[in-house]
Amino acid sequence: MMSRALEQSRGGRLPQRWWAQFRVDGWLLAGVLLLMAAGLLAIYSASEQNLALLYRQLIRYGIALLVMLTLSQLHPRYLRIWSPWFYAGMLLLLGLVLVVGSGTGASRWLDLGVLRFQPAESSKLAVPMMLAWTLSRLQLPPGLFSVLPALLLLLLPCALIAVQPDLGTAIMIAGSGLLVLFFSGIAWRYMLAAALTGVAAVPVVWSLLHEYQRNRVRTFLDPESDPLGQGWNIIQSMTAVGSGGWHGKGWLQGTQSHLEFLPEPHTDFIMAVIAEEFGWFGVALMLLLYAGITLRGLYLAAQGRDSFARMLGSALIMTFFFYVVVNTAMVSGLLPVVGVPLPMVSYGGSSAVTLAAGFGILLSLYKHRKIWS
Amino acid sequence: MSAAAQPSARRLLVFALCFLLCMVALLAKAINLQVTQKDFLQDQGEARYLREAPIPTTRGEILDRNGEVLAVSTPVESVWVVPRELLKHPGYIKPLADILEGDEEKLQLTLAERRDREFYWLRRRLLPGMAEQVRQLDAPGVNFRREYRRFYPDGAVTAHIIGHTGTGDVGLTGLEYMYDDKLTGKPGRKLVIKDRLGRSVEEVKLLQPAEPGETLQLTIDRRLQYMAYEELQRAMLEHAAESASLVLMDVHSGEVLAMVNHPSYNPNNLEESRVLQRYNRAITHVSEPGSVIKPFIMLAALQAGAVKPQTVLDIPAGGYNVSGHRITDTHYYGPLTATRVLTKSSNIAMARLAQQLDSGHLHEVLTRFGFGSLTGVVFPGESAGVLRQPERWRALEQATLGYGYGLSVTTLQLAQAYSVLANGGLLYRPSLVMSTPEPPASVVDPALTRSITAMLETVVTEDGTGTLAAVPMYRVAGKTGTAHIASVNGYSNDYISSFIGYAPASQPRLVCAVVIHKPRNTDYYGGLVAAPVFSRFMTDALRLLNIPPDRLPENWQAGMAAATPAAISGAPVSGGQPSASGGQP
Repeated sequence: MMSRALEQSRGGRLPQRWWAQFRVDGWLLAGVLLLMAAGLLAIYSASEQNLALLYRQLIRYGIALLVMLTLSQLHPRYLRIWSPWFYAGMLLLLGLVLVVGSGTGASRWLDLGVLRFQPAESSKLAVPMMLAWTLSRLQLPPGLFSVLPALLLLLLPCALIAVQPDLGTAIMIAGSGLLVLFFSGIAWRYMLAAALTGVAAVPVVWSLLHEYQRNRVRTFLDPESDPLGQGWNIIQSMTAVGSGGWHGKGWLQGTQSHLEFLPEPHTDFIMAVIAEEFGWFGVALMLLLYAGITLRGLYLAAQGRDSFARMLGSALIMTFFFYVVVNTAMVSGLLPVVGVPLPMVSYGGSSAVTLAAGFGILLSLYKHRKIWS
Repeated sequence: MSAAAQPSARRLLVFALCFLLCMVALLAKAINLQVTQKDFLQDQGEARYLREAPIPTTRGEILDRNGEVLAVSTPVESVWVVPRELLKHPGYIKPLADILEGDEEKLQLTLAERRDREFYWLRRRLLPGMAEQVRQLDAPGVNFRREYRRFYPDGAVTAHIIGHTGTGDVGLTGLEYMYDDKLTGKPGRKLVIKDRLGRSVEEVKLLQPAEPGETLQLTIDRRLQYMAYEELQRAMLEHAAESASLVLMDVHSGEVLAMVNHPSYNPNNLEESRVLQRYNRAITHVSEPGSVIKPFIMLAALQAGAVKPQTVLDIPAGGYNVSGHRITDTHYYGPLTATRVLTKSSNIAMARLAQQLDSGHLHEVLTRFGFGSLTGVVFPGESAGVLRQPERWRALEQATLGYGYGLSVTTLQLAQAYSVLANGGLLYRPSLVMSTPEPPASVVDPALTRSITAMLETVVTEDGTGTLAAVPMYRVAGKTGTAHIASVNGYSNDYISSFIGYAPASQPRLVCAVVIHKPRNTDYYGGLVAAPVFSRFMTDALRLLNIPPDRLPENWQAGMAAATPAAISGAPVSGGQPSASGGQP
């Protein structure tokens, strides 16, 4: 009661000079800006020095930064209050997209006239928020039965996304939800049981997969089996990465990407362009930057003084890292092609804005750590 | 609160470990790809974009003896397309079809049927203007390849000798075929970077430079070739003839200066010609020679001592019967000297003469002049003609041989045989291509050829059958020929009219054979159909080549001295002719 009153009194007071209260974590901001710079360099090269494309990306980065800085100043209380509504709205949109959605091969987009919107993108934030909200209301660490409703809340949007079909995003979102569960302190034995269930579910899932999804997995297991069709992407990508060597061929000098052998060089496979042109050192530098941001993010999340903040913050930053790992592993042939962009670097708006929103939330949680506690 | 914070912090630690593991795994995989497998993957990469590409080379030119171009390869563009790429941009199909003067729907259908192909020739060897339009359209998936197209500036005039090339500039007929190896260059090789659609992006390395084909220089003189073509065409039209050949040869080398046939064709536009028009008849087609064989029979008789030029031969009135066949002359001449037998071209006298001779001797003489065997000219499809073995000759056959039946010859063979008469007994291999001359074979006593030349000069007189072959200011030796054409039902009413001769008779330089098949208007005698062609063409040829005249009018020196005194002091022999445009001295 006491703390709530305090919150309200502070939150309700209008600051006279709002910028006097404007605070962000410089390290995280610097990391994000560096990523954006790297993204611009790589996109410029991968898009055959297409300036129009570069400007569009620049505008998207601008929007992303605006979203991030705005959210970073928002009090976490609002996030907490909005979580269920946000989640409910997202479910509604996911249902809607199945009915009236558009897109090539799969219905993923909602056409709102002025902009096309991908509801699955919003679930990347809504699902961890909802789970953190649910779990933070329980006694932590949660018992087996208290976890089940949370699991249901997680599986529902995942299923909706998976039938679009967009298996990659569904897996990523499931991963982010599981991260929240993990950070809630759930007992190891449950996780082990879940892992075993997962393994046992593989044949079931396989039978539910679309043929193109199965092909992707098959291709991943043996790319040479269909080098001109399904294996093409992986082989071209590995070739591009490998031919970079230690130092790379130099900026704008990549051959695989510029000669159109590499598919989608400026979106999902941009890491291959970086690897080809900047070599192993370039890849290591990028991974180091991602690692730095992740570690800083984890540190910030750990500073959160309540379980909602900690669970949400950790889950968001780890999701971010999860993306990096999956994308890089995909490009280097460690994982099947699942259509996950390289965070903040791949060309594309929705992903960057969503990620920036995640960082914004993280910054907000951190900014309000002391006051909130 | 701190109770929940503790396990969570421990989990962060666990997570940090997992995280490290992931990092290490990724970096290790990167090392695996970029260091361990680098060479392999780089090779794989290069195998994708490095391609050996041919460097096209030009086919050698064909020139006339003075270096004038008779055949040349010019670069043209061919357009190919990746059907899939173009189909993605249907807006380009209509303008493309318009430029190529095709139908839009048809093009659309053609592309759709070949959707799975990576390469399809849209149009080969475009006109330069069309290619430029296509280039400016810049349609996606449309690419160019440089090719060469053979061009023959003189078209039909040189068509039969040079022949033509087919797809890929490969020689198909004529000298283009015969000298294909020499004319074809060696394409070079280069290493290029190609993108996924096979477009060359950059040249990396020259592996082997292209070697252009060698130039082929012919013995043909383009100017003479033109004149011959026109004169022969004129005769063709005038006499409504079916076909005709003309060969002009240098008697002292066997070099063919002009070789023309009608009908001819335009090798630049093969689609519009028929096969019948494409034969180099002077080399490939044979016919019975008729009276033009008589000088050789006469020579055999002179050599055998059977007659002398002034020996009087009796000619029976009303024809001469051999084995139930009656040999006739056009007129009854009464007794004629051997010379006048040629002048008047008496069949009866020649038949009797041939009968008197030993068949083996007669055969040998004809063989020595090259009849019945290939001349050895380097040209595809030469005919040897037929000269049967003497053991198989029957009485009638030996008699008709005397005036040119029972054997077949080509126009080139006739020119070659008459050049032996002209040059004093030397048989040259006829040549169409400039090369180091081969030594000729001496086949007959020069004294005999001089006698025959003297006898043949009487043919081209007021009194002879070849009056119309006369050339102003030059003495001409030659023989007319008019042969019935053999058909399935015996001899028909179609004729071969010919005149073979050489000039200047005092010191022969050029031999010319004119053979015209099936003149269908009123005239068909060689002296009326072929002789005028010879006359007009030789007049031009002798002047063009600056050959000194040997039959000047009595008062030429006085007349010339009055007109141009300077001309006489220079070169009296050639002073009489108008200044011919720079030819062979």
